Amino acid sequence: MAGVLEQILNGLQLGFVYALIALGYTMVYGIIRLINFAHGDIFMVGAFVGVLGYTVWGLPFPVAVGVAMLVCAVLGVIIERLAYRPLRYAPRIAALISAIGVSLFLEYFCSLNFVFGPNYRVVPRPFEVTSFSVAGVTASNIMVVVTVVVIALLGALQYLLFRTRTGKAMRAVSQDHDAARLMGINVDSVISTTFAVGSALAAAGGVLYAVAYRQIWPFLGIMPGLKAFTAAVLGGIGIVPGAVLGALIMGQVDVLSAAYVSSQFRDAIGFSILILVLLVRPTGLLGSRQPEKV
Amino acid sequence: MGAGWRVLTRRALFPLAATALYLAVRVLAATGLLNAYWRLVLDQALILAIAALGLSLIYGFCGQFSLGHAAFYGLGAYTAGLIGKTWGHGDPLWFVLSLLAGAAVAGLAAVIFGLPVLRLRSDYLGIATLGFGIIVKVLMDNSNKLIPATGGATGMTGTPAVADFTWVFGTTVLVIYLVRNLVHSRYGRAWVAVREDEVAADAMGIDTTRYKTVAFALGCALAGLAGGLYAHRYPFVHPSSFDFLKSVDFLIVVVLGGLGSFTGTVVTAVAWVFLLEVLRSVLGQAFLDWRGVAYALILTTVIILRPKGLLGGKEWAALLPGEERGRRRDLSA
Repeated sequence: MAGVLEQILNGLQLGFVYALIALGYTMVYGIIRLINFAHGDIFMVGAFVGVLGYTVWGLPFPVAVGVAMLVCAVLGVIIERLAYRPLRYAPRIAALISAIGVSLFLEYFCSLNFVFGPNYRVVPRPFEVTSFSVAGVTASNIMVVVTVVVIALLGALQYLLFRTRTGKAMRAVSQDHDAARLMGINVDSVISTTFAVGSALAAAGGVLYAVAYRQIWPFLGIMPGLKAFTAAVLGGIGIVPGAVLGALIMGQVDVLSAAYVSSQFRDAIGFSILILVLLVRPTGLLGSRQPEKV
Repeated sequence: MGAGWRVLTRRALFPLAATALYLAVRVLAATGLLNAYWRLVLDQALILAIAALGLSLIYGFCGQFSLGHAAFYGLGAYTAGLIGKTWGHGDPLWFVLSLLAGAAVAGLAAVIFGLPVLRLRSDYLGIATLGFGIIVKVLMDNSNKLIPATGGATGMTGTPAVADFTWVFGTTVLVIYLVRNLVHSRYGRAWVAVREDEVAADAMGIDTTRYKTVAFALGCALAGLAGGLYAHRYPFVHPSSFDFLKSVDFLIVVVLGGLGSFTGTVVTAVAWVFLLEVLRSVLGQAFLDWRGVAYALILTTVIILRPKGLLGGKEWAALLPGEERGRRRDLSA
């Protein structure tokens, strides 16, 4: 029984990391209806910058996380400005293809030798790892760090979205660009803010992922990116609590199916669940069915 | 030079051009001007074009977003490859049978998967098909547990390399005719109606489920056919050739070709493959690492400059059926 509980804790840790990525997907989707395929690669850049921060540059760990978040926020804004904004009024598929282009660019550019290099790197831990057990269940301080950071960031996001003018503007733009503009909201800057916030969250997720799973390389972002996006869809894309719920489910599915079914079939199980959920609830678990208009 | 003569020359233009192209490639190959490497690239481009034409039916004409096309391409490759390897041994009749079997398996899988899933709309459908692609890839990786001959994650060898340029080119021409006739049939009009507005199409009495499923099944069968050719052209079939990035390749070709234009799909498929290969020779060994970067930059730049596709959804007039010419009826999105 303790073994199962430990696996559930592992699943929670992975789910928290997925949640940080899924939030960026869902916020960007909510505001410009774009599947931002480059988001998983921003997560990767965040992981690299954070790890370089506390190893090569010798920053304290919290500062390294902050630097990674800042760098990725700027990166997200630049990407939106250069690759998505010119296509805002083009067919939606054009922006999606552009996002795929940006994703490939980040992957291959970061693989160049003078950037991060194409190989796997083993990540040294920023602090001593200690394990402790409560009622026979063993957990590590890594798990505690991940949980604390994620919950703090979720709280901050909740505050931003529902207690500030910026958050109110973001919610308005996600409902209707034109109406928001008529109310005097600067839609472009709200979209930029959304990218900055989403990318910063992904960066934090990247650093935590690197610390927890100890291996990074330039193509790191692909699978967690797809999983997190799946999580966002599972919960109902565009809905912030849905992304967190979906991510926690995906984390459990990943860890439990690897532990008790087969690690080779892990990805297949996660996506099968996604398809089954979509068949029952075509707009995700928390999504509302929108009436169709002709 | 009456009107009848003009119709005849127009109707003959595409077969004549295709024959001329075929002979030109054969002559260039025989004289050695076109070496084995570039012949391989050309065949690869045509195989990509066939599979992309399938996605063009599904997404370009019927508007059903699929991010899992490579799964059906892979199903066709493994089915045809296994048949060719086990029973075919290079016999042309078995080769044709294996191609048909590959197309049939892919089409059947598409019906079984599509019937429930095609109810989903746009991005949700995209994610469901993406998930299907990943599931199929995992199954391919582990297929040797059920069928040892597939080799699982180590890949499959031993399929006879029967598909030469003649087979590949001939199939491409046949598929172009098939797609042309389909999109100008009752089916094609229903597909475009569903793409433009599904609710309105339904209200006009179009059985949307049926037409969507038919488009999906036919498109995936074409992917399976292309996969069969691929398995008989390259000596090595590996699950990683049918992953998410391959699905993205097909999508890029269809979108850059212009949604609702099969000429655009074919031209873009060939142009895209050759662009990548030219990039390889231009950049040379020293800049090989930069190839992915250049590819990504070209992709993003092209889509920003031409968001509606390179050809903007136009069809080559010689490929339009007689009664459609001069009517300027536009099927593009």
